[in-house]
Amino acid sequence: MSKGYAAWLFVLPALIVLFLFFLLPVLAGFALSLTDFDLYALADIHNLRFTGLHNYLILLHRPLFWAALGHTLYFVAAGVPLSITASLGTALLLNSKLAWCKSFFRTALFAPVVTTLVAVALIWRYLFNTRHGLINYLFSLPGIHPVNWLGDPRWAMPTIILFAVWKNFGYNMVIFLAGLQTIPEELYEAARMDGASAFSQFRHITLPLLKPTLLLVVILTMSGYFQLFSEPYVITEGGPLQSTVSVLYLMYRDAFKWWELGLASAEAFVLFLLMFGVTAVFLRLVRRGGER
Amino acid sequence: MSFRPAKVLINGLLVCVTAVSLLPLLWMLSVSFMPKEAAAGFPPPFLALRPTLENYRRLFVYAGMARYLLHSVLVASVVTLISLWFNVTAGYAFAKLRFAGRDRIFHMLLGALVIPSQVTMIPLFIMLKWMGLVNAYAGAMAPMLAGVFGIFLVRQYARTLPDELLEAARIDGAGEMRIFARIVLPLLKPIIVTLAVFTFLASWNDFMWPLIVLTGQDHYTLPVALAALSREHTQDSPMMMAGSVVTVLPVLLLFLALQRYYIQGLLAGSVKG
Amino acid sequence: MWLLLLVAALLLSGCAGTADTRETLTFWAMGREGDAVGRLIPAFEREHPEIRVRLQTLPWAGAHQKLLTAFVGGSSPDLCQLGNTWIPELAEVGALTPLSARVRSSASVEPGDYFPGIWDTNIIGGALYGVPWYVDTRLLFYRRDLLKRAGFDHPPRTWAEWARQLRAVKATQGPGNYALLLPLNEFEPLVTLGLQQPAPLLRDGGRYGGFESPGFKKALGFYGEIFGNHWAPLVSTTEIATVTDFARGYFTFFISGPWYIAELEHGMPEELQNAWATAPMPGPDGPGASIAGGSSLVIFRASHHLRAAWQLIEFLSNPTVQRKFYRLTGDLPPRRTSWKNSILANDPYALAFGEQLERAKPVPKVPEWQHIAGEISVVGERLAHGDLTVDRAARELDRRADAILSKRRWVLSREKRN
Repeated sequence: MSKGYAAWLFVLPALIVLFLFFLLPVLAGFALSLTDFDLYALADIHNLRFTGLHNYLILLHRPLFWAALGHTLYFVAAGVPLSITASLGTALLLNSKLAWCKSFFRTALFAPVVTTLVAVALIWRYLFNTRHGLINYLFSLPGIHPVNWLGDPRWAMPTIILFAVWKNFGYNMVIFLAGLQTIPEELYEAARMDGASAFSQFRHITLPLLKPTLLLVVILTMSGYFQLFSEPYVITEGGPLQSTVSVLYLMYRDAFKWWELGLASAEAFVLFLLMFGVTAVFLRLVRRGGER
Repeated sequence: MSFRPAKVLINGLLVCVTAVSLLPLLWMLSVSFMPKEAAAGFPPPFLALRPTLENYRRLFVYAGMARYLLHSVLVASVVTLISLWFNVTAGYAFAKLRFAGRDRIFHMLLGALVIPSQVTMIPLFIMLKWMGLVNAYAGAMAPMLAGVFGIFLVRQYARTLPDELLEAARIDGAGEMRIFARIVLPLLKPIIVTLAVFTFLASWNDFMWPLIVLTGQDHYTLPVALAALSREHTQDSPMMMAGSVVTVLPVLLLFLALQRYYIQGLLAGSVKG
Repeated sequence: MWLLLLVAALLLSGCAGTADTRETLTFWAMGREGDAVGRLIPAFEREHPEIRVRLQTLPWAGAHQKLLTAFVGGSSPDLCQLGNTWIPELAEVGALTPLSARVRSSASVEPGDYFPGIWDTNIIGGALYGVPWYVDTRLLFYRRDLLKRAGFDHPPRTWAEWARQLRAVKATQGPGNYALLLPLNEFEPLVTLGLQQPAPLLRDGGRYGGFESPGFKKALGFYGEIFGNHWAPLVSTTEIATVTDFARGYFTFFISGPWYIAELEHGMPEELQNAWATAPMPGPDGPGASIAGGSSLVIFRASHHLRAAWQLIEFLSNPTVQRKFYRLTGDLPPRRTSWKNSILANDPYALAFGEQLERAKPVPKVPEWQHIAGEISVVGERLAHGDLTVDRAARELDRRADAILSKRRWVLSREKRN
């Protein structure tokens, strides 16, 4: 058997799957977003109209879509820095020579990452219940007024962000930890001899050397956080006052509850473009900052 | 070593963070053993003082949890097996075999990583409907049967294999299939285990796609069933927590057992860019 | 690879085949009703030895989507239980077979014996697509003891009286408690208030929203007043344990359907068992209308067993069978004959439902209704929070409904041309 022939045999199964279940749907999705595919079209394909960019125009004039975009950006803008700070903080603690039982702590801190999102989101729903929840009870002990975590539109998204940070920080922590371990100890020793404080060591040695890792972590975390769906689906069902409706939640609802499949496809594509754009702008900013 | 405040501070902080990350899980475990009335009391109890298995009984007898558990095990296992096969062969070929357009195809695949899978969900649903695979396990598994991430992971690892070894086998007249099965597979074992754990966990925890495509209860996987149950039994916290335990425990144990491989894969996957 | 997939799919779907010469009828029913009807079917099969019924029980959650996908994928059953607000959707896409002729020639199904509002939900564009199986409607559940403490010995008959009672109850129950529960994620309470008005919710044959009518604005005004005065808490069902909170006195009134009778009989503490009651919905000026809900039995157009399916519908519509069904499920029968000579006639909780059913009104019969109803609860929530005035809420509802109905207008105008 020739080597080239064998190679195709090796790659084809994966390529066929990726073509059929990824590439083709991406193209079909774009085509779909240019039509008004809905329940009527599902019943009789003659009820399908090619509408060009009409769906995108509808979205521009739809307050709920803008609100969903806003909520998603809020989640990304607050959730990513918080997650990364938590990850970096715990990684620094774990990397310290003074820490005991590192592997126990590492495993324990990582545990939420592997848990099933739906299952642990349910825990959150009970812990943060306004009237019967443990969190408000603990708050009431020192006399803090109960917070209406999931019933107040101002608090629902912060509660979800807290959940996401809790669930995800372990992932980046492990990446940071690996990055920290590549920094040579001698650099710190030299700095200490020069009398540098712990904070200035962090600023002048750790952060610059960790920059590539940091960059990667920011991009990965951002793209993950843009895909917010299950948390609002399970914890708040998009409420209260639709304050936790994300773009993907809206897409799911429009597509599979109201069967507005064309419109929902347009929503998915706008999200994709937004992710792409934000990542590109971020990378450009970082590069420009690096040149200076 | 002498007593140092810094040491106390660092370990104290670690204990606090660990408590935050573990207490919700421990609370879930504890509530799952509480009688319904005890869990509804106020202040909300933390410890199950009179532990009972009643919630698990209700979960399995009335809510049919055993079925969903079986579905999840089946789906995750089949996805893991097939996707291992596809990804490992492809990853190896991209690393070590020569064929027309190899690098161009590979870079295209990497480029596709920027497209979020949710973009595909609606058209995929319509496609699968035409193929009669909506509300079928095959439909839930289809998009997970191969993945760029897995191919990439295997390729990175396979590139470290010495070419001389493969060439020597070829000179001895071994076919490519034989070389792959006898020489390459055993050498790839660590990355295969890593990828297996990754895939199994991802498939087990997957929610949005099964939620879309498995439209009937008779096919639900655990996360989908749990979400549906939680809407019917909003206030039955002990039963829902028991359901969460049943869902989380298998993956947590799998992770604890194969932690080393999982972390390796995580690190290997994150050096791409 | 495909072979392997195919094998896996076959293995997993667990194919089963049987050799049976009888005519096989596939019947889908939902949740509790599915479990209960399984116990009535043996009697039908004894009456009709040539027919075998294959019963499948669907859970309510996801049933709607499953029915649609089954229809589109060509795997629909012969006979199905269908929530009566879903009938327009499936009738519109041509999934259901009209039953008018069969009813005309039937000796046992008498339209005049059914509660009129309920029967009406099955008529789409002049044709009948379903026969009511059981009915529900929504009315008031209330705490007699708490209402008495506030100085009233009977439930309200009019909105004005209700408002007086809500104010008094709120005053006696104190700041931590409320008078009425109106979950913000449910559209039914607001729609009920709207149905009590003379103008239809959608106008021009379901082409446009009719929410800016003076009547619906009155309903919105009352709804807003209830929240503005803090008579109802700003909560949704995810935050409420209805039975427990009702027992605790967190609220004195709530609006729900007959399934709550059993829930309260099981869930309320012993000492409060006589403290609660049901009452018909108060209306703007006297007893008001409420939503005609429940399920009907429908036959799919693709069925090859139309006659056998109709025979099963006739069997399940028999008053004796309906009384049995009521004992199994607590679901209220749709025929007045079935109510007579049964335990229902003496059940004080059910009596209020019997009275309310005579005034039940169908919601608009357009496929988009569920979507519009979702928007009603969203806009209602904003009104409750005080983010919208009544006029703006009404205008917003019309705007949203008109947008949702735009495809329907196009399809209707195209049908007219052809």
